[in-house]
Amino acid sequence: MKLDSMYQEIILDHYRNPHHRGLREPFDAEVHHVNPTCGDEVTVRVKIVDDTVADVSYEGEGCSISQASASVMTDLVIGRSVEDAMTLEREFLALMQSRGTVEPDEDVLEDAVAFAGVSKYPARVKCALLGWMAWKDATAQVVDGSPAGAAAVASRPLEAGSVPEQEKQA
Amino acid sequence: MAGIPEFDVELVRKDFPILDRVVHGDKPLVYLDSAATSQKPRAVLDAEREYYELHNANVHRGIHALAEEATALYEAARDKVAAFIGAPDRHEVVFTKNSSEALNLVAYAFSNAAAFGAEAERFRLGPGDEVVITEMEHHSNLVPWQMLCQRTGATLRWLGLTDDGRLDLSNLDEVINPRTKVVSFVHQSNILGTVNPVETIAARAREVGALTVADGSQSVPHLPVDVARLGVDFFAFTGHKMCGPTGIGVLWGRRELLEVMPPFLGGGEMIELVTMEESTYAPPPHRFEAGTPMIAQAVGLGTAVDYLTGLAGGAGMAAVAAHEHALTAYALERLVEVPGLRIIGPAEPVDRGGAISFLLAGKDGRPIHPHDVGQVLDEQGIAVRVGHHCARPVCLRYGVPATTRASFHLYTTTGEIDALVEGLAGVRRFFGA
Repeated sequence: MKLDSMYQEIILDHYRNPHHRGLREPFDAEVHHVNPTCGDEVTVRVKIVDDTVADVSYEGEGCSISQASASVMTDLVIGRSVEDAMTLEREFLALMQSRGTVEPDEDVLEDAVAFAGVSKYPARVKCALLGWMAWKDATAQVVDGSPAGAAAVASRPLEAGSVPEQEKQA
Repeated sequence: MAGIPEFDVELVRKDFPILDRVVHGDKPLVYLDSAATSQKPRAVLDAEREYYELHNANVHRGIHALAEEATALYEAARDKVAAFIGAPDRHEVVFTKNSSEALNLVAYAFSNAAAFGAEAERFRLGPGDEVVITEMEHHSNLVPWQMLCQRTGATLRWLGLTDDGRLDLSNLDEVINPRTKVVSFVHQSNILGTVNPVETIAARAREVGALTVADGSQSVPHLPVDVARLGVDFFAFTGHKMCGPTGIGVLWGRRELLEVMPPFLGGGEMIELVTMEESTYAPPPHRFEAGTPMIAQAVGLGTAVDYLTGLAGGAGMAAVAAHEHALTAYALERLVEVPGLRIIGPAEPVDRGGAISFLLAGKDGRPIHPHDVGQVLDEQGIAVRVGHHCARPVCLRYGVPATTRASFHLYTTTGEIDALVEGLAGVRRFFGA
């Protein structure tokens, strides 16, 4: 059944029992990203210590794909250098934009390889990217120098161009 | 309803080529997303092709044979639409690209009024004035009014919703008051299915001298509509939800208002005399139809109107409404049988149309997100809409991130509703822990 290629057991596991969920202190930046066409939302906080992702915490509302992807993302990036984590993010983005044509490297992407099937469903790609894009935004704010205050709080929709344009309907 | 000839849905379905297709390999299409857009009967597709093959020319200019034929076809579409909605005067029918443009046209007329003379007095808006909408508006009848208030300093107010998905009219006389200049509200909600008491709201607006605008995007395709009887000043709807093509919508407005209403878009066709310094404007409807219009689409819409009017031996929209009322009653009855399902909107088939939003919880009681519901239904060939349906404030009001919506039209069958109910059982099995 085709659905099973999207809803891999790994995804459903992360959805039912998400890792690192809940917003925690301390943090250096917090962002709120939304998916305007479907209403999915995620708030992500990051804590960076010595160029390492010390913590990522999040709270959100959304479908199984968006919630599971955020959970997998935290597993992958926490404890890594910012540089390595950003490389992972690019790998994952490339996988999600591949429309099912890329064979993911499990040694690199670990549980995130489960989302390869999602890349065949253009309407769901942005769900899988929501948490990652929020993390990237928050991390970039810390690394590039955040606005005044200890914690930068930003809110913006998913970057245009990062995912295929979706139709909107009445 | 008595007196309505038999509405044979199987016969109707034969008019819609797309309903024969299969999706995902071998699944017959179960199209339950007509509130987003309706499917098109062959007659509409043929009319557009025939227009381009035989009559294509620009309208209202040129004296050659094709130009005259194209103009006659375009203007005949206006006559058909006028008759369809009970417009007293064909000059009251303005073609736009969709409902959103029709609603923006009115909202911008209020902005543009500042530059016009005393005749545009009713469209002047400023600090202290109030604009009233409702909490169940589609974004297309919400955002233009927010923008208008930002431009003019007027205050935006709204009628709230009751827990069972209807307009809360308990404070109608307070919300619509002598400061109110315009009241714009939806006739039938695209997310809740609620059919609102247009005449009650319009009557209160008249008492205080406010102009009224109704958004008929979801009512004109499903109910007999008579704009004169509704008592509103403006009425907007779109062609693609009523079996017509995309790219064509309608603004109906009372003639004496359209005659003094400042234009929205400037350009060719909407003028009378132009000098380098200034211009005078054509009378309505051309005053509001700048540029080459959507000619083929208007012809297609006119054919859609003919098609709908001729259904069930000429019973037309009365037959469509009766069919959809029966479907809605059946669907509400069947859906409450689904464990874990909660309807957002009126649960009774009274003053409500065939757009049914709902939430679904799994066997463990946890909500299954509408995106996931829609995906699993799609795999079975069942097309529904998921998300906030361009009515995010409604989701906020009911504390839900999104809903799944099944919506019906003249070609929907009870068998398709059965397929939905079975499909939802499949969704619960799939996400069962």
